[in-house]
Amino acid sequence: MYDTIGIWVGAFFTLAIYSFLYKENPVYRLAEHLVVGISLGYTMVLICNTVILPKLLVPLFAGNHWILIIPGLLGLLYITRFIPSIAWLSRYPIAFIMGTGMGIGFPLTMKAYVLRQLEAAMIPLYASGMPWYEVFGNIVMIFGTLAALIYFFFSKPHKGLFFGTGSKVGIWVIMLGFGATFGFTVMGRISLLIGRIQYLLGDWLHVIE
Amino acid sequence: MKRTVPLMIVMVGGILMMLQYFIPHQYSQVIFNNYLEWAPIVGAFALILGVGSLTRLHTHKIRRKAKNWQYSWAVLIPLFGMPLFGLIIPQSLGGGSDVHGVHDFLFMHIQVPIQSTMFSLLAFYIASAAFRAFRAKSALATILLLAAVIVMLGQVPIGDVFGRWLPNTGLWILRYPNLAAKRAIMLGVGFGMLATNLKIIFGVERNWLGGAGK
Repeated sequence: MYDTIGIWVGAFFTLAIYSFLYKENPVYRLAEHLVVGISLGYTMVLICNTVILPKLLVPLFAGNHWILIIPGLLGLLYITRFIPSIAWLSRYPIAFIMGTGMGIGFPLTMKAYVLRQLEAAMIPLYASGMPWYEVFGNIVMIFGTLAALIYFFFSKPHKGLFFGTGSKVGIWVIMLGFGATFGFTVMGRISLLIGRIQYLLGDWLHVIE
Repeated sequence: MKRTVPLMIVMVGGILMMLQYFIPHQYSQVIFNNYLEWAPIVGAFALILGVGSLTRLHTHKIRRKAKNWQYSWAVLIPLFGMPLFGLIIPQSLGGGSDVHGVHDFLFMHIQVPIQSTMFSLLAFYIASAAFRAFRAKSALATILLLAAVIVMLGQVPIGDVFGRWLPNTGLWILRYPNLAAKRAIMLGVGFGMLATNLKIIFGVERNWLGGAGK
């Protein structure tokens, strides 16, 4: 019974969202508003169950982690945002999260976005037994990365052999990359669409297995 | 107190956390472990701001009977219903344990279908966007079009009808030129993030302070 009602409700809201393809309507608007409320409500439950209760209230009331009062009070300062006269106090928790987050993020960004990428781009163009398309691919990848970087370098005018030709090759590589990404994204969305149609025709209407 | 202290907190916290990464001493580990306990707690309270703002906005709309105010109830009821059924009365619909409660029902049978349908809806819009953008008017637009078509056809069974070269070419595009473009963009994003991190830590970038209380 629970599952049957659930499938009917799910099918109703699936169709409600698809009704937007015709035009915006009250059923679509209802679904749109519901999802905002439910997702934020769900996040509240999740945060309470995974952070507030196990990491703050339970250890605090157990009586041996009084130090946790500090982050608790710091967090409560967010609420001062709603009281204009002391709203500036809400900057303290923001500053704590912002500063420490930036500090932790700096070496990690350097590692993941810069060093690892440079390391992965420094590969041998050819090794014995490597098929021609891989050798060609390595050449495209290494020189393509350089060319695309030249395209994004705006401190010098894109003229001459190095910057001019480099940026032209760079935009070709970027267009190939964007095309591939677009194609990949379309395929992802299409598979989601197939999933919803399977839900409607299979789980709900039992037309397909 | 209003601006200097927050800027100091950012600078001290930022430098301390940056240094602890490079100094694996037990004291720096203690600081880092404490941070890992404190940060989620402080961050969790930010949710109050979101819930408060959303509640204020929609209660305001209901009170003023603004346009489409009825839908505000569709936000507020589940917003407070979910915590009510998830935390305070997590009984099941059958009256037993907390399996298949109202909270789970709302999530599994309303939230999940709506969200996945919304994402699948993008398939239609992305197709119409492609129709408008993918006109082979120039060499660059033609490259974009060809790369997208080859990658798409290479991933479906019909692509094999044209021969194995099509899926292989699609894979090659994804593996080499696509990676080159992505890597260049990633490096650019990385340098941008590093610069922004330093600007915030050293107080050059202060937009995050906002205008609250000046």
